[in-house]
Amino acid sequence: MKLLSVRSISKRFGGLKAVDNVSFDVPQGAIKALIGPNGAGKTTLFNLLSGFLRPDRGSVVFDGAEVLGLMPHQIAARGMARTFQQTRLFPKMTVLDNILVGRHLHSRGGFVSCMLHLPFLRKEESRARETCREILEFLGLSGQADEEAVRLPYGQQRIVELGRALACDPRILLLDEPAAGLNIRETVKIGKLISRIRERNVTVLLVEHDMSLVMDISDDIVVLSYGQKIAEDKPASIQQDPEVIQVYLGEGDA
Amino acid sequence: MRKQGLQIAGFATVVAAIQLVTSLTGNVYHLTQLTMSAYYSLVVLGLCILTGYAGQISIGHAGFFAIGGYLSALLTTHDLSAHGGLIVSGLAAMGILTRRPDLYGGDLLTVHPWPACIFAVLTAVAIAFAIGGPVLKLKGHYLAMATLGFGIIVYRIVLGTELVGSADGIYNVPAFPLLPGIVVSGKSSLRVMNYYVAWGFVILGMVFLLNLVRSRVGRALASIHGAEDAAEAMGIPTARYKLKIFVVSAAFAAVSGVLLTHYNGGIGPSESSVMKSVRYLAIVAIGGMANLWGTLLMSLLLNYLSLRGYFGTYDDAVFGGILILIMLFAPDGLLRRQLFEELRAAVFPAGGEKET
Amino acid sequence: MNLDLFLQYMVAGVTYGTIYGIVAVGFNMIYNATGIINFAQGEFVMLGGMTAVTLGRFLPLPAAILGAVLITMIVGALLEILFIRWLHRPSVLRMIVITIGLSILIREGALHIWGESVRALPYFTGTSVTSIRLGGVYISPQVLWVVGIGAVVVAILAGFFRYTLLGMQMRACAANRDAARLCGISAKNMVTFSFMLSAGIGALGGCIVSPITYVQYDSGVPLAIKGFTVAILGGLGNSLASAGAGMLLGILESLSISVLPAAYKDVISVAILLGILFVRPSGLFGSVEEARLKEF
Repeated sequence: MKLLSVRSISKRFGGLKAVDNVSFDVPQGAIKALIGPNGAGKTTLFNLLSGFLRPDRGSVVFDGAEVLGLMPHQIAARGMARTFQQTRLFPKMTVLDNILVGRHLHSRGGFVSCMLHLPFLRKEESRARETCREILEFLGLSGQADEEAVRLPYGQQRIVELGRALACDPRILLLDEPAAGLNIRETVKIGKLISRIRERNVTVLLVEHDMSLVMDISDDIVVLSYGQKIAEDKPASIQQDPEVIQVYLGEGDA
Repeated sequence: MRKQGLQIAGFATVVAAIQLVTSLTGNVYHLTQLTMSAYYSLVVLGLCILTGYAGQISIGHAGFFAIGGYLSALLTTHDLSAHGGLIVSGLAAMGILTRRPDLYGGDLLTVHPWPACIFAVLTAVAIAFAIGGPVLKLKGHYLAMATLGFGIIVYRIVLGTELVGSADGIYNVPAFPLLPGIVVSGKSSLRVMNYYVAWGFVILGMVFLLNLVRSRVGRALASIHGAEDAAEAMGIPTARYKLKIFVVSAAFAAVSGVLLTHYNGGIGPSESSVMKSVRYLAIVAIGGMANLWGTLLMSLLLNYLSLRGYFGTYDDAVFGGILILIMLFAPDGLLRRQLFEELRAAVFPAGGEKET
Repeated sequence: MNLDLFLQYMVAGVTYGTIYGIVAVGFNMIYNATGIINFAQGEFVMLGGMTAVTLGRFLPLPAAILGAVLITMIVGALLEILFIRWLHRPSVLRMIVITIGLSILIREGALHIWGESVRALPYFTGTSVTSIRLGGVYISPQVLWVVGIGAVVVAILAGFFRYTLLGMQMRACAANRDAARLCGISAKNMVTFSFMLSAGIGALGGCIVSPITYVQYDSGVPLAIKGFTVAILGGLGNSLASAGAGMLLGILESLSISVLPAAYKDVISVAILLGILFVRPSGLFGSVEEARLKEF
């Protein structure tokens, strides 16, 4: 069943067509990758899907409902979580606290309740912490729980951000270049994590430049170039697609 | 939680100790400035949460203080005897109005302080709700200017409106009977009681704010301050939360305004001036932007010194200077946790062992 | 309201509008060079007027004005060098608070030097009661000085930025600091220079308008607010638009007196400021995209 349906999405900035009439589906339980040379519009597309930008045209149907025009926090509440191309961890907060923020959607307690420190809050908090510790364990970061998140090595920071998005209990996870800035070992690790995320019943849509990672873990690949979709197929076929090759390597290269 | 309880208990002890000391040394009149410091601290605490935790700067908070204070003052001093009519009689029947003697032996029909206070604070909150939405969409300089503008509008309105006394302000504001036996008033016989009432309010406010900061909502606010986009992406309704914290801080300022006005027996336009707003900000800055206790202690100290006149004619300059120095050299405030760590590391270099 | 009264209001509006425009130009200059809004801008105007009055005691008027402008320019440079130059990538909040603090200190300094008294330079030509008749309106010749000098300043600035090497260097710095530095332009000096220029222009404005509006130690703050309003109205960074926007605000404010009590005059400009900020922060002439890009 199609968890996410993107139809004819377009966005232009002044004279530039950042995203031009792009359509594709993401079936539930799949890992789908979005690739393309720099400037192809991939991050813009993510921003459009997650509500940070409003498209000029098109529709985005998530879990059977149109999400176009909703605020990002509303889309997150519906089950779409995302990470960012440049890590946006919360400074001055520990790893555990960062991930706890991800549990915000699944815990109760508003301004008044919190100011009065009503009894039910204690249980909510310990439930949330329990879940986060479990996530930390899944990520292999249990030992770093109380470190200041932004002081971790970059590779671990990216994993924390992944964990934070996971804490939202999403149906679909949008990962924006999860392997950016990672070395080979870290990339492999993240790839394994993403595969195991699928086992938790979370669908994954990722933007990525690292071809080895993409080819390794994705079921399906969508290729963008200059804002347009130029191919959508299984990894093996994409590798052979002449147009894709041309877009990446230029003309006249065997 | 236990740690917080200890902190509160410790502070309460300090408050009581100060009062006892003044009694013993016969300096009871100091209590007046300390009481006023307490009320000003309420504003500062609200501002601390807004600026330090939620990261929204406001240089117009004196405006909310003034709205609270002026409305309460107006309602409790404006004589309604002359106005006949249904509304007045209706209000009187509901017990909202009181009759009391005025200075000249005549009779005044005014609103009782309790409904006046509630009305004043609710109005301030409503205004905060109304302007908070558009104001908080702004960032950086624009936000600062907008809040500054708000403060100036309030100042100009109270300065130029005869109904609220123009440049003279409103005086002869009656005492505020909070509960049977507990009255907010400037009478010297009630000095000790009022001291404890004022600091009681501060402690109550601290409890609320500390609870908030250490809660799920506090975490959300900190995340908004840290990386607003990411917070939004995690499902936190950032705009709504910013508005709510803005309203909370405005409520603190308004309550402070009401109480201090009844304590002082009056209010003047200077309470809504830009300098007052700047002062509040300076205290938050020096106390440590995200440090409630640090801000409270600084507020106690600086307000007391200022009210006792220690800064003389350089009062405004002192606060301006503080702002600059802090921002230049210690943008995270003086009493930040890191400073203690650094000091501790300097004195005890390696894991607790003293240098021999 | 008859035509003559209306025209009188217009004249007052244009006069004040010129000053607001001058303050706005000062804001823009510093903003363009540094991205900082200088909350102390109004104080430069005040300093110029007050210093000129003091110098005017023993110097002829033109020399007093020149002296005041030079002194204020030095103050502007000192401000930048002492408080801003050595900051490394300060956050917006820090800069706002620092310039607010600076404006307070300058104000307090002025209070202690000159007290609370209100000062004014003598009218450049004639006296406070001389008036020229233009059409149905009586204007003081000072108004012509104000508008005239204001226009000359704007013109000279435009020429300076477009045609002189220094002007172009400053523009380069404002547009892309790193690129300018790669071209050998000293960004830090450009910033100091923009402060100096901004202070000087403000001071000049203070001098020419003081016979009409008088200056006092706290004249700076309302001017800063209104100058900022005008700068935003015209689109932050756009000096030419500021001139037009200044006129607009001056006239609106002036006309508002006919409907509202005079005590609320300042409320008008602040209300306009809030209105613009809420509705269209890029101003009348600015581009919405650009306003968003010049990120804080």
